[in-house]
Amino acid sequence: MAEMMYWEAILRAHDEEMARDPLVICMGEDIGVAGGTYKATKGLHEKYGPLRVIDTPISENGYTGLGIGASFLGVRPIIEIMSVNFAWLATDQIVNTAAKVRYMSGGQLAAPVVIRSPGGTAHQLGAQHSARMEKVFMGIAGLRVVTPSNPKQAYGLLKSAVRSDDPVFINEHELMYNMKGEVPDGEYFHPLEGSEVTRVGQDVTLFGYNISVHWCLKAADILAKQHGISAEVVDLYALSPLDRAGIRKSVAKTHRAVIAEEDEAPVGVGAEVIAIINEECFFELDAAPVRVHAANVPIPYNHKLEKAAIPDHEDVVRAVLRLFGKA
Amino acid sequence: MNLQDKKRVLREMVLGRRFEERCYQAYMERKIGGFLHLYPGQEACVNGVMEAARPGQDYVITGYRDHVHAIKCGADPKEVMAELYAKETGSSKGRGGSMHIFDVKHHFMGGYALVGGPFPLATGIAKAIQMKGGDEIAICFLGDAANNQGTFHETMNMAKLWNLPVLFVCENNQYGIGTVIHRSTAVLDQFKRVCGYGIEAAQCDGQDFDVVYEHAKTAVSHVRDRKGPYFLELMTYRYRGHSMSDSRSYRTREEEEMWKQRDPIFILRDRLVDAGAMTMDEFAALEKEIDGYIENEVIRFADESPEPDVADLEKYVLA
Repeated sequence: MAEMMYWEAILRAHDEEMARDPLVICMGEDIGVAGGTYKATKGLHEKYGPLRVIDTPISENGYTGLGIGASFLGVRPIIEIMSVNFAWLATDQIVNTAAKVRYMSGGQLAAPVVIRSPGGTAHQLGAQHSARMEKVFMGIAGLRVVTPSNPKQAYGLLKSAVRSDDPVFINEHELMYNMKGEVPDGEYFHPLEGSEVTRVGQDVTLFGYNISVHWCLKAADILAKQHGISAEVVDLYALSPLDRAGIRKSVAKTHRAVIAEEDEAPVGVGAEVIAIINEECFFELDAAPVRVHAANVPIPYNHKLEKAAIPDHEDVVRAVLRLFGKA
Repeated sequence: MNLQDKKRVLREMVLGRRFEERCYQAYMERKIGGFLHLYPGQEACVNGVMEAARPGQDYVITGYRDHVHAIKCGADPKEVMAELYAKETGSSKGRGGSMHIFDVKHHFMGGYALVGGPFPLATGIAKAIQMKGGDEIAICFLGDAANNQGTFHETMNMAKLWNLPVLFVCENNQYGIGTVIHRSTAVLDQFKRVCGYGIEAAQCDGQDFDVVYEHAKTAVSHVRDRKGPYFLELMTYRYRGHSMSDSRSYRTREEEEMWKQRDPIFILRDRLVDAGAMTMDEFAALEKEIDGYIENEVIRFADESPEPDVADLEKYVLA
């Protein structure tokens, strides 16, 4: 196991897949000569050339559609959208074409593209560079949505996504590219479905994904040390399809659930997980599940307002304490 | 092109016309549901271009007015009609419908219902052709109104920037749904709009098969010889409304009559008759034969085919 950064893990997955298959290409804004805004494609342009590492114009719907069209003939494009806020412009091609073409062609055609993009709030980037989109994409039939919370997942999920015959949206996070973690030395394919119990506990399940897994882990630590509460942390690295069995299993054990997400609450991951809990294991519950989420506002520029809008581990701790009547 | 080939093309144009007219009837009988966009009036466009290309080998993609394009690429009319009848034997197994005919084995890459959506898809197909090293080309048939989408501009830029083997065919029928072109579009000559991207372009009569064919030969050679993308604008007219719910209140019957005087099938028929290659009786027999084929084989197949099994509702969502 070598320790590497999240961006290095993504780069390694690109490099291995491109070395293996000449039909794997990558494309996006500034990914080639400039090496990628978050370095996830650094050095690939020199190694694989401009026909396979494509600096695109700032035309998100256009180049995403171009990648999808290429995938019809067996090309495997890894499309980087620099910020997920720009992916709104590409939703036409992602939703109307990539997600639906297999179905509406009766299985004749598929769009095996990978679309990677960082979402989330970084540091004072303002309303149009701080939002998230995973809750939009996870509601679309025909599209897989995964979201790595550490370098191992970032590497293994991208490897699996490239090999998948379905379109896969990979939700990354601007604040996580420099996170360090262990990645297997050999090739590793992380499953595109399922969830991971990141910390075993007995009293409450903290569901997180991507950055909120880390709030949950930190909160679990505090809950154990300061409040005698044993929290289980479940990493929902696959948002579509969500792991119904994994959710049921953990809630059936702990009987309490908190879902932490960086997004606003309406129509979100937390809402969906609670719906699954209701459908799968309602009578296992000892208390109503709780969501920890962003304020329902466009993300503000002012640092204090921005911090107030976005939850963190302390919000998770408070939510758990309320669940136990301790706050 | 010799006269025998032209007679074959005329036959295909008549088949396209009669197929669509029979769809109209089936729609009125409620055999076909949803939206239905018909092609009569524009037959010289797809026939002229595809005769200059390689149907079944070159990759074709289009919008929702797609039945005749699919058939020209090699799709079995029976399967296309079965799709309209929402049957399991349909080209998209009854999951697509009129706007989503696909026949990938004949390289017909589909009909798409978001106006302008196929521009980047066609160009991506061209990118894949470029990578794989074949000598096929990608052909994107869309209407004039699609050129007002952002995808048009984004795609023209990329197609030229990367010199991709894609032919854009603009079937300019002068209406975007029910809005006449001069009320929606600042520049009426569509071919001029790609000049700003440095793309080779031409405009010609889209009612005369011979004219379309000659222009398409130049366009196809340009793209096949890897000289870059090409944009061919064909001036044409759709006789029916945009779709079946369209009463054509936005245009005059006189205008429609004027266009019908230049009917693409009659232009080619008259030319063949003048050349002594066909008689009017032969043409009447041809129409009758095609109507018989449509009724006895195409409609019967669609009518008698089974619907999809509801148990298969979720098939084809994911791999």
